[in-house]
Amino acid sequence: MWATPSQLKIKGIIGMNRRNIRYIGRYNDRRLYPLVDDKLQTKLLAKRYGITTPDLIGTVSNQFSVKHIAEMVAGHPGFVIKPAKGSGGKGILVVERQDAEGYIKPSGHRLYREDLERHVSNILSGLYSLGGSPDVAVVEALIDFDESLSEYTYEGVPDIRVIVFKGYPIMAMMRLSTAASDGKANLHQGAVGVGLDIATGTALRGVQFDRTRVDHPDTGHELSSLKIPDWDVLLTLAANCYEMTGLGYLGTDMVLDRRHGPMLLELNARPGLAIQMANGEGLRPRLDLIERQDEGIDVEARVAFARQHFARRGELQEAVA
Amino acid sequence: MSRVPFYLLVGVLMIAGIAVTVYRHVAFEVPWVPGEQRQVWEVEAQVNFIAEDGSAKVNLALPTNQEGFRILTENTGSSGFGLSFLDDDKGRRAQWATREANGSQQLYYSVQLLVAPNAARPRVEPPPPDQDISWARPYDTAAQEVIDRAYRQSSDAFTFSRELVRAFSGDRQDENARLLLTQFDRPTLLVKLLNQAGVSAREIHGLLLEDGRRRQSLTTWIQVFNADGDWAIINPTSGEQGRPDNLLLWEAGDQAALEVQGGRDSKVTFSMLQHNEPASVAVRNQLANDTLLNFSIHSLPLEEQSLFRTILLIPIGALVVVLLRVLIGIKTSGTFMPVLIALAFIQTTLFTGLVGFLLVVAVGLVIRSYLSHLNLLLVARVSAVIITVIAIISIFSVVAYRMGLNAGLTITFFPMIILSWTIERMSILWEEEGPKEVLIQGGGSLLTAVLAYLAMNNPWVRHITFNFLGVQLILMSLILLLGNYTGYRLLELRRFKPITED
Repeated sequence: MWATPSQLKIKGIIGMNRRNIRYIGRYNDRRLYPLVDDKLQTKLLAKRYGITTPDLIGTVSNQFSVKHIAEMVAGHPGFVIKPAKGSGGKGILVVERQDAEGYIKPSGHRLYREDLERHVSNILSGLYSLGGSPDVAVVEALIDFDESLSEYTYEGVPDIRVIVFKGYPIMAMMRLSTAASDGKANLHQGAVGVGLDIATGTALRGVQFDRTRVDHPDTGHELSSLKIPDWDVLLTLAANCYEMTGLGYLGTDMVLDRRHGPMLLELNARPGLAIQMANGEGLRPRLDLIERQDEGIDVEARVAFARQHFARRGELQEAVA
Repeated sequence: MSRVPFYLLVGVLMIAGIAVTVYRHVAFEVPWVPGEQRQVWEVEAQVNFIAEDGSAKVNLALPTNQEGFRILTENTGSSGFGLSFLDDDKGRRAQWATREANGSQQLYYSVQLLVAPNAARPRVEPPPPDQDISWARPYDTAAQEVIDRAYRQSSDAFTFSRELVRAFSGDRQDENARLLLTQFDRPTLLVKLLNQAGVSAREIHGLLLEDGRRRQSLTTWIQVFNADGDWAIINPTSGEQGRPDNLLLWEAGDQAALEVQGGRDSKVTFSMLQHNEPASVAVRNQLANDTLLNFSIHSLPLEEQSLFRTILLIPIGALVVVLLRVLIGIKTSGTFMPVLIALAFIQTTLFTGLVGFLLVVAVGLVIRSYLSHLNLLLVARVSAVIITVIAIISIFSVVAYRMGLNAGLTITFFPMIILSWTIERMSILWEEEGPKEVLIQGGGSLLTAVLAYLAMNNPWVRHITFNFLGVQLILMSLILLLGNYTGYRLLELRRFKPITED
């Protein structure tokens, strides 16, 4: 039921208090937060740094422009409308395709022009933003996510969280939505977290509700065969976010697009600790190792360093073998 | 990135807090526990005189803080007289004056004294010894013989004084003594002899306190100074050295206790009463000194004091929240909302408060779920919730009153704006994360509120926070220390347990 502090310490687990004081407090300058808390800013910044993000269709920043939303999305088969300052996936509307009559969500549910306008209007009035402050609606092209991963997820788009510390990708996991998580990729809502080997991008270990899993609860597909394509590109992209934002302790959320490869979805200046559960390993030894490294090393060297030092063999493969 | 200045700050706050607290306990006798009883004497001096048609001036010596006693409050009663207090190195005095007085006059002065065994004796400068003491014949030889004999049988000022007193009492009384006593009264004679022998001494006037005595008068004692400037009180009759515990020094400046101009047959009599008061009351009655170290809430008017009584408890609630969040890891809805709820519990009592809180929030959530269908802007929605909360509270109060439940009326003590925000947050939480998360956070908030209430409503905690402002510094340093804690939270030991199982 309970672990002792020394058991956790041996595993190198870091707790909330340590994360807040030792890493976020020390390495994340508060005045840089707006860069990551506002998705529109992140997107524009990423563009300048050559980091791929889903295509921006347009933005709606005042109630007057709400009427033009239909014209804006015309010609884009699938798109996503999200609040720039939303958090935790709130207020994200996904439209898979559209026809002459209206818009169809991934679940098959049909929306009409008025529904779209109301959703945008809600976003502008701050319904989903932190503290209810007025917000901007961002319209993006729908990610055409890699078919090779579709057996591992239920409804939602799986994303890959990489913790980047001082520019080094130190730990990664994939978040697979489930029926229990209602298509959302939030671990505490029941999504499956799969720890990924930093060296190869292969699955290490799966957890749901903090307990070990070897298969996806809905599709029944075993997790051990999971391997992320373009792993090196993804890590480089994630590591680049350090130069881009200046934040030392960063959670990067990436997705895999069939045509464009890995893309940056959003950034998080206060990434959670569940990634330790998915990896079955604490962050502490890796953080300590990176803290001993010099500054000013370029991205390729950092990624290579991480892949060399944080390589692991998945317990899932061992279990299968 | 050195943490030294931080620990230095924490250390300074901690030490300053403890020092101020201990100082208040030692110097002002503020007890550590609230129930302690303190002995308080109520002494009334009544001045009587017959005015001789015209202006009159009365000058009465007053007691000061002294070894064994501390003055709490003073009152005077004197119709038709102007009153002023004089305070100089000779001591404190009250001066009554009037242009027109005739016939019998009564003036009153009453004082409340706290029995304070640890109160330090004030430093007193010895009076300059009288240089030219002259005796008429044959008293000069008698005096010299008494002095010589006592001198031989003593070693210092105090033993010399005791020997001298003994020479005038009981069987030891010889011819010289008897001769001298025919001419002088005993205390005056003793002081004169002491001065002649080069010992500083003077007459002082004190009151022997005995419960329920009336029409008492001051007794005369002799204060003897030794070469080191130390002093002792000598009983002029028995020669006993030292202050009896029940002796209150009334006049210690070598002056008359009562002086009356424009009157005759003046006298001052004393009545006294002893009672026990809770220490906190005794503390409250202490006269406020304007020194920085005695910085005390008690110098404020009573109304503001009761306000501060509550305000000073808030840091305790904050500490409970910090402990629960940083060390335990309990999730609450709104960081300090539980403290405000706990403050409301103090007014309503725990059970009524819990029932009221659950009722208001439950009904509020139902109504809020309807409001969410209306698709309102946030500020308008929260405002609507505020009005709803007020309506719920009003209805509950009226219904409770009709049913004869007076406890229901205390529900109005709930902070309504805070309740509205709680309902708003819980409602959003319900929609986004589901009812389970609402139960976790709501339960966490309520648990925190109850614990904060238990801490804040503890009589000892209330006593300590109100009477020792230094405790606030200690709390501050504790909270700073907790803000620096990087270890695991208790609930994380459970959360991360699966990792340790492989």
